[in-house]
Amino acid sequence: MQIEMKNIYKAFGQNKVLEGVQFSLEAGEVHALMGENGAGKSTLMNILTGLHKHDQGTIEINGKETSFKDSKEAEEAGMAFIRQELNIWPEMTVLENLFIGREMVNAFGVLRNKQMKARANEIFKMLNISLPFDKEAGLCSVGEQQMIEIAKALMTDAEVIIMDEPTAALTDREIEKLFEVMKGLTKKGVSLVYISHRMEEIFAICDRITVMRDGKTVDTKRIKDTTFDEVVQKMVGRELEDRFPHREAHLGEVVLDVKGLTKKGLFEDIHFAVRKGEIVGVAGLMGAGRTEIMRALFGVDQIDSGEITVEGKKVSIRKPTDAVRYGLAFITENRKEEGLILDFSVRENIGLPNLKSFAPSGLVKTEDEKKFAEMMIKRLHVKTSSTETIIGNLSGGNQQKVVIAKWIGTSPKVLIMDEPTRGIDVGAKREIYELMNELTERGIAIIMVSSELPEIVGMSDRILVVHEGKIAGELKKQEVTQEKIMALATGGN
Amino acid sequence: MKLEATGKSGIWQKFGPLLALILLFIVITVLNPSFMEPNNILNLLRQTSINALIAFGMTFIILTGGIDLSVGSILALSSALMAGMMVSGLDPILAILVGVLLGTLMGVINGILVSKGKMAPFIVTLATMTIFRGLTLVYTDGKPITGIGDSELFQMLGRGYFLGLPVPAVVMIIAFFILWFLLHKTSFGRKTYAIGGNEKASRISGIKVDRVKVAIYGLAGTMAAIAGAILTSRLNSAQPTAGQSYEMDAIAAVVLGGTSLSGGKGRLFGTLVGVLIIGTLNNGMNLLGVSSFYQQVVKGAVILVAVLLDRKKS
Repeated sequence: MQIEMKNIYKAFGQNKVLEGVQFSLEAGEVHALMGENGAGKSTLMNILTGLHKHDQGTIEINGKETSFKDSKEAEEAGMAFIRQELNIWPEMTVLENLFIGREMVNAFGVLRNKQMKARANEIFKMLNISLPFDKEAGLCSVGEQQMIEIAKALMTDAEVIIMDEPTAALTDREIEKLFEVMKGLTKKGVSLVYISHRMEEIFAICDRITVMRDGKTVDTKRIKDTTFDEVVQKMVGRELEDRFPHREAHLGEVVLDVKGLTKKGLFEDIHFAVRKGEIVGVAGLMGAGRTEIMRALFGVDQIDSGEITVEGKKVSIRKPTDAVRYGLAFITENRKEEGLILDFSVRENIGLPNLKSFAPSGLVKTEDEKKFAEMMIKRLHVKTSSTETIIGNLSGGNQQKVVIAKWIGTSPKVLIMDEPTRGIDVGAKREIYELMNELTERGIAIIMVSSELPEIVGMSDRILVVHEGKIAGELKKQEVTQEKIMALATGGN
Repeated sequence: MKLEATGKSGIWQKFGPLLALILLFIVITVLNPSFMEPNNILNLLRQTSINALIAFGMTFIILTGGIDLSVGSILALSSALMAGMMVSGLDPILAILVGVLLGTLMGVINGILVSKGKMAPFIVTLATMTIFRGLTLVYTDGKPITGIGDSELFQMLGRGYFLGLPVPAVVMIIAFFILWFLLHKTSFGRKTYAIGGNEKASRISGIKVDRVKVAIYGLAGTMAAIAGAILTSRLNSAQPTAGQSYEMDAIAAVVLGGTSLSGGKGRLFGTLVGVLIIGTLNNGMNLLGVSSFYQQVVKGAVILVAVLLDRKKS
């Protein structure tokens, strides 16, 4: 299928989202769509898949002008959109998920399981994957769930598959597998649109790249003819000297010391120390236990044994309240589920962990809270129209800044950041890195869990590598390379 | 007022219930002008006060995403206990205080089971609803408790007037202002919204979620017991079957007032309006001579329409 989108305009009310976008897709290509959050990528793809109607412009499919009434019609024409939030029914089996809404039945409406299994087998074979049909989808890994989604798309004979951040939650092995499947699909003539912030992956798998900025297409190029720097520059519209700001650490004394932290089945004998002003990176594969260690350290989950010392004093952390009291702060990997109250305003979110100081007598001093929120917004460059804006309406990068603002207000001694830049654009990432530098300048210790190796290498003063629930090794800034981390993370040395 | 905390509230959520109430007033007045007579309005306020007190407490619980089915039973049990204490000669005021505290305790038990026991509020309060009702029947032996003395102060509570207003209505108004302040101006209120909006994030933000929940269920128990005291005074007796299905009227009022059953969104003022809508429907249909059978159909239909409008517009 060959697609040509010309001069697409789209506005939601007053808000002009797309202003003359050009996008083309060839049969059998992998086409990267890049741009900062809010550049209009999702809207463009929603138009292509019939969810939204464009105001102006034309869409040609195989040279014929087409317009989809709704997403059903687009699906019938061969479009599939695999969103970041996967459409999985966790309590239902793999097979049930594959055929949800389009079950095969006989004349009496009884399910034809044999036929469905046969069809699913066909597709699985084509994708070269194997998954037990009767496994509960919720027990499958995110990578496997993604495969279910891809299989579902193929089941509808999709010729165009759009993937939004497909690798965000995948392990390296799963990513490899996904890329294999993607290559197989293109050989069969399926076109793929690949939306991602991960530059390395785009250069590894894509044929062409289109960069969008502020609702316009900046450029479309063959991957071979462009460079990493050029793409970044086009995305942000300015030169980024570097992805990571210059960092000079001034280490103070040990502020947090962890010894023998153990939770059976998850992690064992974890020991490390963090100094004032230090950024300790925690690397490892997905599922190695990094997040679990941090959750236990913060009292979200209970440890079986271990010793935590804060500023030389042994402490017992049984619940988050304790952790907060001892000066720990936790920026979770999932800001929507664990970081923010989406219906609250920016001010209320920032105020939440600081209620004690804004409401010493129980009465919330809204004015103080507002002033504080305004100060934080300014300091962290949060793009929001006011302190009263509902947080759910901000972009991912700005939401993340609010999560950070929330915790800075508590004047933490140790800031735990789990995947601090996941799903946010290059410009906002850089701002968050700068903020981390500023915080450590002021003596705050940062523990940063991240799956992005460049980030770990670029920002950490010291790196702990977790493998199967144990600390597999520690690397100093001077000696670290991505290869060394990977070797430790995969069980080598 | 802290409207922002209610989130993406549509026009309906802010003003819809109030408009519906005004419309209802107009329609009933046109059909029967005696509705607007001061006496009837005072009567209406007195009738709604008990449901209002229960619904105020229920609002807090529903805002956290919970539910309390046991409030009707708490009302009955605390009412019976108060009456029992009075019959045995305890000072009526003291008896009411102790009774209300016992109501609080019953609510606290709900709260502990929900938060520490990690059980679904629906199941917990379904069970305690049955248990408290059963205890009421045991305590009263299934018979009304009468002969609770003639303390004037106690009589006042259900039947008296203060500044020309029925005392129950005065209690309702005072309770509204105190709870409105608690919900919209204090950190306790903020935490209530936060827990309903995102319990996990609240926990990680250092909020003592369990403690707040226990306090909220305790508050609902307190309010039910205060309602029980008023009812006991009005009937001059404690009825073993008092308060049956009151929880449903309270939930209906909260939902009519625009509070989301999934928590995090809603306002106490909405609940007050919701209570008045239900009260006005009852009072108005009685005035208009609508059969009590049809009244139930109408009430149910009104709830459905209100929720439907809420869904469409927000």
